[in-house]
Amino acid sequence: MSEDKGKVVHSGKRFMMGDIACAEGAIAAGCRFFAGYPITPATEIAERMAQRLPQVGGVYIQMEDEIGSMAAIIGASYAGVKSMTATSGPGFSLMMENIGLAVMTETPCVIVNVMRGGPSTGQPTMPGQQDVMQARWGSHGDYEIIVLAPSSVQEMFDLTVEAFNLAETYRVPVMVLADEIVGHMWERVNIPRAESIRVVNRKKPTASTKEYAPFRPSDDLVPPMVCFGEGYHFHATGLTHDERGHPQTESAEAQQKLVQRLCDKIRKNADKISRVEKTMLEDAEVAVVAYGIVSRAALSAVRKARAVGIKAGLLRLITLWPFPDREVAQVARRVKAIVVPEMNCGQMVREVERAAKETPVVFMSKLGEEPHKPSEILETIRRTRK
Amino acid sequence: MIEELKHPYERFLRRERIPHIWCEGCGNGIILGCFAQALDELKMDLDRVVVVSGIGCIGRVSGYTNTDSYHTTHGRPIAFATGVKLAKPELKVVVISGDGDLFAIGGNHFIHAARRNMDLQVICANNFIYGMTGGQHGPTTPLDAWTTTTPYGNIEHTFNLVHLAAACGAVYVARWTALHVRRLTESIKKALQKEGFSFIEVVSPCPEIFGRYNKMETAIKMMQWFKDVSEVRHFSDPAKAEITQKRIVVGEFVDVEKPSYSRLLKEMTAKAQMQEQ
Repeated sequence: MSEDKGKVVHSGKRFMMGDIACAEGAIAAGCRFFAGYPITPATEIAERMAQRLPQVGGVYIQMEDEIGSMAAIIGASYAGVKSMTATSGPGFSLMMENIGLAVMTETPCVIVNVMRGGPSTGQPTMPGQQDVMQARWGSHGDYEIIVLAPSSVQEMFDLTVEAFNLAETYRVPVMVLADEIVGHMWERVNIPRAESIRVVNRKKPTASTKEYAPFRPSDDLVPPMVCFGEGYHFHATGLTHDERGHPQTESAEAQQKLVQRLCDKIRKNADKISRVEKTMLEDAEVAVVAYGIVSRAALSAVRKARAVGIKAGLLRLITLWPFPDREVAQVARRVKAIVVPEMNCGQMVREVERAAKETPVVFMSKLGEEPHKPSEILETIRRTRK
Repeated sequence: MIEELKHPYERFLRRERIPHIWCEGCGNGIILGCFAQALDELKMDLDRVVVVSGIGCIGRVSGYTNTDSYHTTHGRPIAFATGVKLAKPELKVVVISGDGDLFAIGGNHFIHAARRNMDLQVICANNFIYGMTGGQHGPTTPLDAWTTTTPYGNIEHTFNLVHLAAACGAVYVARWTALHVRRLTESIKKALQKEGFSFIEVVSPCPEIFGRYNKMETAIKMMQWFKDVSEVRHFSDPAKAEITQKRIVVGEFVDVEKPSYSRLLKEMTAKAQMQEQ
């Protein structure tokens, strides 16, 4: 729109596609570098970034593949620029190698996966929630990861901003795990004024260039970060390393210390990171646990259930990882059963079962073009209550 | 009192990381020495230099250079360096890596960075083999050579790296052996001052692994081979710049001007911002 000319943040009430809201959220959060490769249903994010980044002094580059895209955003982040890539299943698989590198070298960056149907090329234009475990475990070795699951176009904006803030706070790659419906859906979005958007930037060191150790953590387990070109002459490597960044390929102690800290900086802050939304759970006898687009159908089902006198409630997962164990356990203690609808063959339901302990968990699978119908979820709630 | 002897290039090295891990007779130290000399002679501001390397023996080079440096996953230094350069164009971003890293697993990144004329300097240590994993054949292993994965002789044709780089659009392409230290240093200096994508192949001795498997088990024998068969053929057709037992064609093959990615990006960004006003 013409009134947006020259503005970094296109504030106001808009009618927008999810993928575009995601790109706008990134720019509002300070992202100035995007490297990607075209892939359905995430391409609109790249297209929007190609259009918008040059306007705000940023850089868009279309790489030769998703391996290179992921490597390039790590490079840009080390050069001091907030960076992002966006993809879908097949590209997400290719990114796994360097997602591990981003974890190991504690690189703030954001990876968006607009999930489609898999495995392999699967159904490019159809939604899925089949990558939630790959998001958690896809790269080799031990690590923790932060994954956010938007369920609306508004959240495509808000959670992308949040993803950058978390990435900068904890020096980690953060994932936004959307799905084809949320990505391609058009909805009303309220984009706040630039000054009222909370933007976090990475912590800088107070140590001199001589004393600085790039991987020496502060009390919160997160090391302050300098960037290339600031005179520190520091080294970073994907090898196991000490606080100075020097390889320690044979020291058990170095491996223990580094990998444990990489996990702990998320684990010990899990309560701060983890977010859920609770609807009508206070007196619920049946709880639905859902995320992403499926949670919209679940909300509708819960309301319909209430309308016919069934005490149902919804626990919507906003962060998939770290998994909100405590919240799920609390709900599980109060309800007779939990219903978990997912657009896969059973992934997050395993986590729900683990946290729910004795409480029965009923899984509803759905694959292909559309999420569960509210009536289907309602029917399961009905059956479960009996 | 005896004065402590200082290496003339000590300021280019992370002293606490020395001794390095490279074998006796390896050419990597020569390449690092020539690189340091080039930085020195050009009086480069070390705060503005970033050295990026991949995986393999020469991959460790980024850990030894006293600049900002990054040791990527296998094959990805060029893609990583692309992100660095575009995010902070004032930095001089140099990729130093091996033949397997740059041309097998990382081949896709190489050809596209060269095609884009990305402002990067790429130096490849070509030792004909995967040294760090103990001697497997790679994209530059000569036909018939013995490696642990070609126990009956190598049946794969090789990449001609200078031909490949030239065909992909690199604006500066040179090949030297580790014996040509003066010319190699001059080429690195030239590359560092060049706008766009420059590529230098250094045919490098690996007596400990490649040499031992192929009847050249000492550095002297390998260097003797380079000395006996190297022919300087400046600006000859890179397609014909062979590396065989009998002939190693070295020299500068390409030195042309072409707008770099950074330049075109700057122009495009200005245009986008003009339209925005």
